Amino acid sequence: MQILTGKTKIDFLGKRNIALTFSLILIIASIASLYTKGLNLGIDFTGGYLIEVGYSQPVELEPVRKVLEQSNYSDAIVQHFGTSKDILVRIAPREGVNSASISDEVLSILKHSSEEGVEMRRIEFVGPQVGEELREQGGLAMLIALFGIMIYVGLRFQLKSAFGAILALVHDVVITVGVFSVTQMAFDLSVLAAILAVIGYSLNDTVVVLDRIRETFRTQRKGTPLEILNLSINNTLSRTIMTSVTTLLVLSALFFLGGEVIHGFAFALIIGVFIGTYSSIYVASNSLVLMNVTKEDFLEVVKEAEEIDDLP
Amino acid sequence: MINQYPLWKYLLLVAVLVASGIFAMPNLYGEDPSVLVSLRNQQITEETQIKVDELLKSANVQTKLSELKDGKLLIRLSSVDSQVLAKDTIKSFDFIKRNSDYTVALNLAPATPKWLQSLNALPMFLGLDLRGGVHFLLEVDMVSAIERMENDLASEMRSFLREEKIRYRGIKRADGAISIQFRDADSMEQGRLKLKSQFRTLEYSVRESELKVIAKVSENALRDERRSAIQQNVTTLRNRVNELGVAEPVIQQQGENRIVVQLPGVQDTTRAKDILGATATLEFRLAEGTRADWYNADRGGSVPLNAKLYRERNGDPVLLKRRVIVTGDQINSASSTIDSQSGSPAVSVRLDSKGAKKMGEVTRNNIKKPMAVVFIENKVKTELIDGVETKVRTRKEEVINVATIQDAFSKQFQITGLESFEARDLALLLRAGALKAPVEIVEERTVGPSLGKDNIEQGFNSVMIGFALVLVFMAIYYRGFGLVANVALTANLVLITAILSLMQATLTLPGIAGIVLTVGMAVDANVLIFERIREELRIGNSPQASIHAGYEKAFSTIADANVTTLIAAIVLFSLGTGPIKGFAITLSIGIITSMFTAIMGTRALVNLIYGGRNLKKLSI
Repeated sequence: MQILTGKTKIDFLGKRNIALTFSLILIIASIASLYTKGLNLGIDFTGGYLIEVGYSQPVELEPVRKVLEQSNYSDAIVQHFGTSKDILVRIAPREGVNSASISDEVLSILKHSSEEGVEMRRIEFVGPQVGEELREQGGLAMLIALFGIMIYVGLRFQLKSAFGAILALVHDVVITVGVFSVTQMAFDLSVLAAILAVIGYSLNDTVVVLDRIRETFRTQRKGTPLEILNLSINNTLSRTIMTSVTTLLVLSALFFLGGEVIHGFAFALIIGVFIGTYSSIYVASNSLVLMNVTKEDFLEVVKEAEEIDDLP
Repeated sequence: MINQYPLWKYLLLVAVLVASGIFAMPNLYGEDPSVLVSLRNQQITEETQIKVDELLKSANVQTKLSELKDGKLLIRLSSVDSQVLAKDTIKSFDFIKRNSDYTVALNLAPATPKWLQSLNALPMFLGLDLRGGVHFLLEVDMVSAIERMENDLASEMRSFLREEKIRYRGIKRADGAISIQFRDADSMEQGRLKLKSQFRTLEYSVRESELKVIAKVSENALRDERRSAIQQNVTTLRNRVNELGVAEPVIQQQGENRIVVQLPGVQDTTRAKDILGATATLEFRLAEGTRADWYNADRGGSVPLNAKLYRERNGDPVLLKRRVIVTGDQINSASSTIDSQSGSPAVSVRLDSKGAKKMGEVTRNNIKKPMAVVFIENKVKTELIDGVETKVRTRKEEVINVATIQDAFSKQFQITGLESFEARDLALLLRAGALKAPVEIVEERTVGPSLGKDNIEQGFNSVMIGFALVLVFMAIYYRGFGLVANVALTANLVLITAILSLMQATLTLPGIAGIVLTVGMAVDANVLIFERIREELRIGNSPQASIHAGYEKAFSTIADANVTTLIAAIVLFSLGTGPIKGFAITLSIGIITSMFTAIMGTRALVNLIYGGRNLKKLSI
């Protein structure tokens, strides 16, 4: 079966101004949201308590909130988690209290307030100090990953392409994080891991397109840069879509079947795959157009090994 | 001849596949609920095994298999119910009850067949989020550890100067140093010299005008103190975890001042916290009467008013005087050594000045009499009494050593008459008796058994469904070549499992997510190759040439694309903590194995099917 016959001649870059505007709007919206609303950081980064309990029957949230309020936990955030039988309680860290015992106390309050059995599903406590460290480490990880990839791309491709790839990468990360800011979904360690995986995936996608652009510039004798870019995108379009589809297939399996704990992770990756696919078509190549890329840019690159012997 | 692989490549592929199949297999057998019986510092003997087996049989507990492994007794059972029953039954045996060195713990033992075990093929280790359990990160309060050390030094200096009859106005700890205030310049100079010869690890400076000597603990000594504080805390915690009866606990130092404690299968976090925070101490007491008196007292005979009946760890009775000579608070350090005179194993103990003085007096007056070391542990347990959770404090006292006083001693002394492992043990206990420095829980992650079960099930399901979806999609889209890619993808999954099992890596939920993602991305290499082949066919190349060109042209792209993802994964691994690390490991392994299966594996199959034939058409 072939959906795309490989003969597509879509004038992707003809609509590059629309794409540029679209990207700019998304980025500005993301940054604006990050600036005003910020991220709904999970306890991994803020420190605090998280207690997940399971009931045998569906439970109302109000009574649970009341009980906790009476026991001086009026700042507790109570919500359903996954099903109406599961309840998630989040509490901000407190000063001067023997910290680790709070989760036990809350669990005990919940157990006593219900006639039927309450079952402990999960307790998490992250001290403020640890939260701060994780936040710093997380930021650092993101920067180092970007930096390492920048070096690799800089070595493998010439300057303009490398710049285009990095631009696409930043574009994808900002928008994915932006989506988490707009929706105010919890941003925890696993989402951070997903963002780093998005960096890997997005680049993977972009590199394939850039590789083809380089190849086409070298093999095609005629055609304007714009035509060559368009041709390259069209040639790789089928692969771009195929890989996105297979990745999205497994991610939706993870999203729908993987359970609540992995939800944020799968969601971040799904967003990342969509944005990454779009950006490898538009952002990287669009930035090449904006930088007036020419055939000469690709010829000055160090010559590759002429014949890769009987690979693989 | 194009599209033909040399024989060695096929042999390599087959070898890798067979090996990975074997090492992935243990994961198919699951785990047996079991009970693990171990004896501290000793091997469990076959006699004990037979004894336990017979007692279990007479108690009507059905066991599946009992085996001795690494000096521990593992009893496999057919169900979780009988597992709990077996544990309680074993704990109720007299010889186990009387010896606190026995640990009886619930465990999940891999049901790996013998022949696989003999190849060292073991299943992956499941993380706490999949099997349930507690993860604590404890922070050692180094500031108070150092403060305590300096305070001890200050008080030692006080009594030292008093003994040496050097007049001083005061000694106090200030600004990370000990400041000794003198009355006049003469005594200051004299004091400085004396102190310098006695407390050698300190760095001294003089403030002439203020008549002060400032003694600073050197950076090296501080570092040693911090290191010993954390090591001693780890030892103490390890001992305490043994008390909890946890199989396969993890207690290890993390960074400079933190300790990770992981207790698989433990759900009662309150109890775990209580025990980890328990305070234990030691006491030195003189014995009362003779051995005959002790046994007499044990059999209901009279106990003198000034004495109390204690028990040794093997259950033997000892009568000890009520008056305590020295307590554990007064022990500065302890280590196992060899006695220079007799050449026998010994424990060297160092007391602080107050304890030393007391010990000196008592031993001088009691030469050739027995003295005992009593181990005392205070535990706080939260129990439900009449529906109210109440803290129950228990005190456990046992005699860990009775030895004869050979000579008067005070500050530093040795306890001999021990086996070498006993000496090591005693030194460890003396050190580990109390936490060297206070600890605080700075992170806790507890997963209940039901969530753990859900996580495994959901994780497994999403891998399988995702995998199936990709298989179907590839088969429809690329037909014959799609099936080839599917074989490679399956091989990839087996390979990842085998490598994770071989590494004995811990599989976590994020790790499963990494596998899922790998499944989705692994086909990318094949998509790249197949699309290239289609392109080559479209421009009119022969099928054989297209296959050749497709693989060749796609290779550098695949390598580039995978290296970038690998960079991200490696950064994740090196900077990430627990959950992120699991994801990074599986993702990295998946990327590398997918390069192997998707390029070399599919090429081998394609060559086998199409190579050397005269083709008109390709199923792509």
